[in-house]
Amino acid sequence: MEHTSPFERIIRGVLIAAVLLFFLFPILWIFLMSFQTNEQVLRIPPSLFFSPTTINYTSLVTGKLQTAAGSLDLAFMRNLGNSVLLSSVSVALALVLGVPAAYAFARFKFPLSEDIAFTLLSFRFAPPLLVLLPLSLYFQAIGLDDTYIGLIWVYQLIALPLILWIVRGYFEDISPDIEYAYRIAGHSWLQTFTRIAIPLARPGIAAAGLLAFIFCWNNFVFALILASADKQPVTVGALAFVTASGIQYGQIAAAIVLSVTPTLALALFAQRYLVEGLSLGAVKG
Amino acid sequence: MTDIAVPARRRRVQLLPYLLSLPALLVCIGILVPFVTAAYYSLLRFRLNMPAMKGFIWFGNYQAFLTDSEFWNTVRVSLLYTALTVGVELVLGLGIAMLLQKQTRLNNLVSILLLLPLMTAPALAALMWKLMTNPNFGVLSYLVQLMGVHDFKWASSPNSALFTVVLVDVWVYTPFIMILLLAGLRSLPKQPFEAAALDGVPRRFVFFRITLPMLTPYIITASLFRLLDSIQQFDIIYPMTQGGPGNTLLVFQVRAYLEFYQYTNVGRSTALLMILWAITYALSNLFIKQWLKLRERARGLA
Repeated sequence: MEHTSPFERIIRGVLIAAVLLFFLFPILWIFLMSFQTNEQVLRIPPSLFFSPTTINYTSLVTGKLQTAAGSLDLAFMRNLGNSVLLSSVSVALALVLGVPAAYAFARFKFPLSEDIAFTLLSFRFAPPLLVLLPLSLYFQAIGLDDTYIGLIWVYQLIALPLILWIVRGYFEDISPDIEYAYRIAGHSWLQTFTRIAIPLARPGIAAAGLLAFIFCWNNFVFALILASADKQPVTVGALAFVTASGIQYGQIAAAIVLSVTPTLALALFAQRYLVEGLSLGAVKG
Repeated sequence: MTDIAVPARRRRVQLLPYLLSLPALLVCIGILVPFVTAAYYSLLRFRLNMPAMKGFIWFGNYQAFLTDSEFWNTVRVSLLYTALTVGVELVLGLGIAMLLQKQTRLNNLVSILLLLPLMTAPALAALMWKLMTNPNFGVLSYLVQLMGVHDFKWASSPNSALFTVVLVDVWVYTPFIMILLLAGLRSLPKQPFEAAALDGVPRRFVFFRITLPMLTPYIITASLFRLLDSIQQFDIIYPMTQGGPGNTLLVFQVRAYLEFYQYTNVGRSTALLMILWAITYALSNLFIKQWLKLRERARGLA
């Protein structure tokens, strides 16, 4: 069915170029902006050509911004550290909790199993504020307000359903026969789980972990409600940044670039699994 | 094996799945408590700044909504936002998926690059677009002016605020629908298309009579997924405009947030969220049914 006329090929090329322009231009533009001084940012007309400066990045990394009015403290590196800590610990905990549960749902049919699995899935779809607003009052009462532990606990709402459902699909795709054979050879259930089941499902576990990491990193509303300035991840920190006085636009752009780079890099690295992960396994990529 | 060992062994096997799933469940049950609390709060007259007024008023908060024009504005804006974003993203996503359907190296590269907006945190995407639409130096403000449209204020004017946030939503989430539909398109059987090509069936006929019907389960799944997210929109609208200017973008969650923190009216805020929850619950039941069907199909094909 290959009768594409030259005319059609040109049209296709133009359309693809337009699509790429729309979806990649904002990222490119902010990237360029992060290497500009305030004067260069404010120049009219805006230009793609300028002599780049790394001043925005150095002031973010050192946490000091020298302005005419004096020196200004920037806490952005702390936000970045919080994002790394919250996302990685949350995902690690969700893997420890979620992988055994996923195995249970995949291998055993037990009373209430589907109900429990769906209850966990339904967290993915409930309005987050419905849980967060009362939770913030509870957290204040029991002292979990504005703590890493409280935040990591709540982040399980993002990471657990994702890991549970993706990894369950992987376990279901693996034939249980290998595990039976290993059991018959005299190994305990635990040995079978750790030496056979987990290694076989490793690609699925890795994909689910990466995706859960990206979703935790990108989350905004949880920390907006439950964390104060020194516990906030980049998504909330960058917002405070915009309203801070004396901030220069190049620094905001640099902060955005630093904030999105980890997830974009992971996404490119894990793109093979993304389709399956994003649809919770409904569509095989 | 003795008689006693058999039941003991059987009981252990039955307990095991519960033991395995229990920790995950416990962590989530801790979070179910606030949900029940929210349902209870929604039946109270409860303002944080007037604790003495606190009292049980049954469905008073809900009844008040019926005659509250602000509430109906929230319903209207939320539905409009959802319809616009999902509609545009579906058409655009389907178009791009069909453009990239053939497995060439270029098409695969483009589809990978299109993941980048989707993996950008929506809150940060909102900030990126805020910088690009800044009236003083924003490149988009400049381009719009070049095209002869003066006074286009993007998110800061009530006339174009909805357009601006929908644009950002489309930028972030169109790739989601696109990759789902692309996976769907590429998994369709080849024979009907080959037969149609042999018979010289016109393209438009192929699209409406073969492609679209066969793709429908994927389209429904992707749309329901997006509907569920879009009706709960917060991450783009709040960083971009805080629901303003005025009340133009006060969707459910943004309004509930302001109701809670600005007016400290816990009762009203939770009642609003309960209504949103009822909507998402109905949608998610629909979605899960559809999703299970598709999963079975994917299993069958794999």
